[in-house]
Amino acid sequence: MFPTTYYLIRQAMSNVSLSNITKKFRAVTALDDVSFRVNDGEFFVLLGPTGAGKTTTLRVIAGLEKQDVGSVAFDDEAVDTFTPADRDVAFVFQQYSLYPTMSVYDNLAFPLRSPVHRVPEDEIKIKIRSVAEILRIAHLLERKTARLSGGEMQRVSIGRAIVRDPRVFLMDEPLSNLDAKLRESLRVELKHLQKTLGKTILYVTHDQIEALTMADRIAVLNEGQIVQQGTPDDIYDRPATTFVAQLVGTPRINLLEAARQDGQVIIRNSALTLDAPQQKIPDTLLLGIRPEDIKLSAQGKFAGKVMLKEPLGVETVLHIQSGSQNLLALVPGMTDVKIGDAVNFNIADDKLHFFDTKRNRLNA
Amino acid sequence: MATATVESSVTKSRVQPQSAQRQLSDRAIMNLFIWPTLLLLIAFNFFPLFYSLYLSFTNYRATATTAPVWLGIENYANILTSPDLWQAFTTSGKYVLFSVALQTIIGFALAMLVRGKFRGSGLITTLILIPMMLSPVVVGLFWKLMYNPNFGYFNYLIGMGQEGSLDMIASRMFNQPVPNLALAAVILVDVWMWSPFVMLLVLSGLNAIPDYLYEAAAIDRASSWFQFWHITLPQVKPLLLIAVLFRTIEALKSFDLVMGMTGGGPGNQTELVAVYLYRVAFLGQFRSGYASALAYIILIIVIAISNLYIRNLNRAKGA
Repeated sequence: MFPTTYYLIRQAMSNVSLSNITKKFRAVTALDDVSFRVNDGEFFVLLGPTGAGKTTTLRVIAGLEKQDVGSVAFDDEAVDTFTPADRDVAFVFQQYSLYPTMSVYDNLAFPLRSPVHRVPEDEIKIKIRSVAEILRIAHLLERKTARLSGGEMQRVSIGRAIVRDPRVFLMDEPLSNLDAKLRESLRVELKHLQKTLGKTILYVTHDQIEALTMADRIAVLNEGQIVQQGTPDDIYDRPATTFVAQLVGTPRINLLEAARQDGQVIIRNSALTLDAPQQKIPDTLLLGIRPEDIKLSAQGKFAGKVMLKEPLGVETVLHIQSGSQNLLALVPGMTDVKIGDAVNFNIADDKLHFFDTKRNRLNA
Repeated sequence: MATATVESSVTKSRVQPQSAQRQLSDRAIMNLFIWPTLLLLIAFNFFPLFYSLYLSFTNYRATATTAPVWLGIENYANILTSPDLWQAFTTSGKYVLFSVALQTIIGFALAMLVRGKFRGSGLITTLILIPMMLSPVVVGLFWKLMYNPNFGYFNYLIGMGQEGSLDMIASRMFNQPVPNLALAAVILVDVWMWSPFVMLLVLSGLNAIPDYLYEAAAIDRASSWFQFWHITLPQVKPLLLIAVLFRTIEALKSFDLVMGMTGGGPGNQTELVAVYLYRVAFLGQFRSGYASALAYIILIIVIAISNLYIRNLNRAKGA
């Protein structure tokens, strides 16, 4: 790896911090008091549904959009007055933003040939060679970009970003236009690339799998506000709100209305009753149970009926009815449980998620 | 099978009463629509086309009472060796070159100007488009008035308002003849009239360029000159070439504007090929055979030039 990546490694620090960013488009508030900090060398993912303000956040950082309130700082130096060019960021767009009339080589060389950088041509050649090798596009260098497939185009766009050695990479759903297989392999490549080059990447996605698999840290954005920040473990195991709990994890978390009574938690409209936890919880609450925490067992405490079965190969999703509640349960591999079967199951007590009626997390 | 036969006999019996009402068959309706058009086309397009091709090899005169006499390629030979024709072609060449080049540049610049959305940009775009909606003869006539050396607005605007100091149409300045002034006057009007056309096509090309290309370039620290050269121009090129192609063909056969303004004068200074053709065909001698041959020569040249453009256009699209 050394000879190829050598030319791309730079020692400079680069962290990004946003403080109290608010951005309005006419009457619509796209970002509402957003603050977070991306550390040097970190793979930071902004996760949220469509329209949450993820792209706007990236564009504010890149300088393509000007915030109304708040400040963006690189390495603790405010860059609010800087033009996009001065900020020295690389932006990978959702659409492959390649220059259509140029060859792949010229597209990659483009940022290096800019008058600001003025890299000599033979050095450009070495850099492009190494980037092309990393991204496996060396055989495409002479081709016109119009004749590339989607995956190739996106690799070239990523190549154009890394060839320049920017302070920070901003990636706006770069994999969302690709098919599932390609997305999976590029996901691995990106993560690997980030680890070998030690670059700071701020990555936007609506895909929770991308977020969980690639991120060092995740910030969940909803309706222009940061809902939760943390490692993938934090986000998955300790979701701050029901929104986060439902956003990450497939199949979705079971979210059930429940009431506390005599040291027990009774789930509405079902025969399910659990022991109340040690901590104080209110009388009415929402109970979150991840499908994998519902475990089938012949001696299980609870009983239900299988209404639907979705075999996925590695695992099988069972829709179990108890009372009028429908629970999703995940069992490993294929299973011979049939639709209509009565099953018994246990619920992992220590993995329960309690939310108050305002949908905020109660347990630590 | 049995059911199929039953069904078909059912449909047949259903069709029967309709044909009893003497409905037209599809084919008859088709013929009814097509043949009148075809007959008109044959009478007014195909026949004149081939008849004039025949006439171009004869000594036919529209005013003569004698039958046309076959001359072979004599007309063509005479035309191609006639200095008058080469004079007309030179004038046309200058006219096409300058008017198309200026229209392209000005049209492009106008498109870049009205490209961004600003208050009143729609209104301004519409206003700019007005000249190309006017009739060329009308344009020629009122520009003739604007160029008038005594009361014309044009001289006043360029600060040559003193009476008689500049007469564009007559190619005279301070009572001295200045060659090509009249041609420049006609070119100016053509540019005024048709730059909006180039603007319109370029504008539609510009609007199709996605913003993210410019944003990517801005982040890559490309200069605005570079952005123009490598993003804007290549993306607009196919439409620009179409605009240039249309304008070149139109300029090559330009007639009405010149007739409205100068009638080919002074002398033959603004006598473009189409004007020359008109003079040969309809003024004085009525040399119809000779004029037909000339028309065919012009046609061949227009087709040749168009083909060059179209080949270029296809290459631009393929890139």
